[in-house]
Amino acid sequence: MSELALRVAHLYPRLMNVYGDRGNIMCLRHRCEARGIGFELAELGPGDTLDPTAHDLIFAGGAQDREQRNVADDLLATKAGALRDAVEAGVVVLAVCGAYQLFGKFYRDSTGVELPGARIFDVHTEHPGPSAKRLIGNIVVEWGGTTIVGFENHGGRTYLGSGTQPLARVRSGHGNNGADGYEGAVYRNAHGTYVHGSLLPKNPAFADHLIGLALRRRYGPDVVLATIDDRAEERAHAAALKLKP
Amino acid sequence: MNPRTTLAIIAGKAAGAASRRLGRGGGTAIAGVVALRIDPALVRRLAPQAGRGVVAITGTNGKTTTSLMLSHIADDAGARPLHNRSGSNMMRGIAATLAAEASVAGALEDARERLLILEIDEATLPEMARETKPSVVVFTNLFRDQLDRYGEVDTVARAWERALGELQAAPPTIVLNADDPAVAHLGREYAGRVVYYGIDDPGAAGDATEHASDYRTCLVCGGELTYTVTFYGHLGHWRCPSCGSHRPHPDVRAVEIESRGGGDTVAMRIDAPSLSLEVVLPMAGLYNTYNALSAAAAAVALGLPGAAVESALEGFSAAFGRQERFAIDGRDVHVLLGKNPAGLNQVLRTLAAQAGRKRLVFILNDGLADGRDISWIWDTDYELLQPQTDWPLAAGVRAEDMALRMKYAGYGDDVPVVRDVPAALRLALDEAPAGGTLFVIPTYTAMLEAREWLAKRAGQAHFWEEGA
Repeated sequence: MSELALRVAHLYPRLMNVYGDRGNIMCLRHRCEARGIGFELAELGPGDTLDPTAHDLIFAGGAQDREQRNVADDLLATKAGALRDAVEAGVVVLAVCGAYQLFGKFYRDSTGVELPGARIFDVHTEHPGPSAKRLIGNIVVEWGGTTIVGFENHGGRTYLGSGTQPLARVRSGHGNNGADGYEGAVYRNAHGTYVHGSLLPKNPAFADHLIGLALRRRYGPDVVLATIDDRAEERAHAAALKLKP
Repeated sequence: MNPRTTLAIIAGKAAGAASRRLGRGGGTAIAGVVALRIDPALVRRLAPQAGRGVVAITGTNGKTTTSLMLSHIADDAGARPLHNRSGSNMMRGIAATLAAEASVAGALEDARERLLILEIDEATLPEMARETKPSVVVFTNLFRDQLDRYGEVDTVARAWERALGELQAAPPTIVLNADDPAVAHLGREYAGRVVYYGIDDPGAAGDATEHASDYRTCLVCGGELTYTVTFYGHLGHWRCPSCGSHRPHPDVRAVEIESRGGGDTVAMRIDAPSLSLEVVLPMAGLYNTYNALSAAAAAVALGLPGAAVESALEGFSAAFGRQERFAIDGRDVHVLLGKNPAGLNQVLRTLAAQAGRKRLVFILNDGLADGRDISWIWDTDYELLQPQTDWPLAAGVRAEDMALRMKYAGYGDDVPVVRDVPAALRLALDEAPAGGTLFVIPTYTAMLEAREWLAKRAGQAHFWEEGA
């Protein structure tokens, strides 16, 4: 058991990193290294192919609308098929904000143009038009008997289809669409969410949930994550619970 | 004269004075709000009276320092600059600046000799362009800042294009940073005169591994940009391999850039078709080199003499809260504004280049003027200063988030957390040895709080500044 390692793929680290998404990778690395678990990072950009068997956890973050369009073309051309295979094989995925939208069925932009997605999640996203308000602010959601805290900033509204479960229930903030009280989506071990902040550093329970899923899939159900010093993490989490939306 | 204008000017002056007397911050903001409420056309009536024209300066970083530098250049050139110098860069701030300098009859004082130098909030540029019809518009750079307020960086870029569109009838000269692909793009099909400026010294290149870079793709074709030289963020010598668009050749260039005096000053040559100047800038950091260069390029666009550029830049002292020092109880306190990843990385890099161990106070607020979303701290390279740090402190409304980021940057699990800014500064001063130096690195609203408290402790007069 001493030779555990987490193999992480970061999709489009340069093109999709508007909201401090790098913090999520820093967090995965820290939480592995603090436990003596190896950490291997592969960064995949435009043109790179994805090997569905080479990674335990695949992460992608947020982008601006313009860059998201460029990424969407490349994603469908070089990675979407492998990504679906990986998800069906139980590989853990975390898609935040723009990537969450891209991993759905389609995104209808503010001018009505429909961009096809990677079809990981049975969700679709609609931008209600240039005059509609973006959903911006601090957000707290209820997940797994605890909370996830962070910030959301999205123009698109995401709606769940029947094949996907919500990740969490909104306590304060907007979530998927500001109307149905749901936030994010889960299909098998793939997780999509609008919460950034960065998401993982001050949500250590959720970070460990993802790491645990990934390691147990590869090394078996006996993998146990040792307790590590989370005082700074818990303080930041507790402080965020009290922020105005 | 329109009686409404007279009333607006009187009320604006009175509101500003009353607010300052009561010791409530933001006298300029209140004066401007009152004046515009009474006469919404006030700016449109007063601004065109400036005989030497109107210069607008906008961009994410450097607009306060650049406009202050240009104001000093204009002053040394014998013009009478009128500058919204307290950093009031939205319409109400401009209205207040004008009301304070206008007669009750609605005439700008010394109108014929006036050069109006306006620092403009990025998103306010379209409205401001309509109201003041500037003859020169300077764009410094476009970085990610306050995404919760502006939406996306592209939203700002589109607002700028709209603003220039509004001025099509008499296009102003635009002064553009050639090294910033998003800013240089504005000049591509522009109908009026364009003055490009840029750094032509590859030796000034920064660390290409920096994490804050906001324009990575070509604005023409969407291809990924490549760089032969990167200065910081996405500023550098760029080109698009797919469509061939590239950094324009700058008209005003900084060359032979050299850090001196242990990193406290920067020597450079500024070359333009009309001048060649050797300048020693008394401010550290490549970002200040860009500020000086954009001010010099604006001076070139305005036809101001090179001698004034040289004397004003060499005699320059820092803009409000940007790089200020206070002497308190035998301790030397430096305040360095750090409000977004690109700007703060420059501050950190500049500090890291200075010798000596550091005591640091990072203050993170999430007010509207700071940006309510603090996720940008994860794109900022706080790691740069950690090896030189003896004593760190996390402060401000979001002190807990700051402490967590500092933990990740290697400052330890037990960085002290003090939300209240005066309490944090008091603790940091108490902990600093006599003769010691303290670096305070606040976000925007935290800078206002810290500066007010420090100025009071140091016995200096203080100024007010409205939200950026």
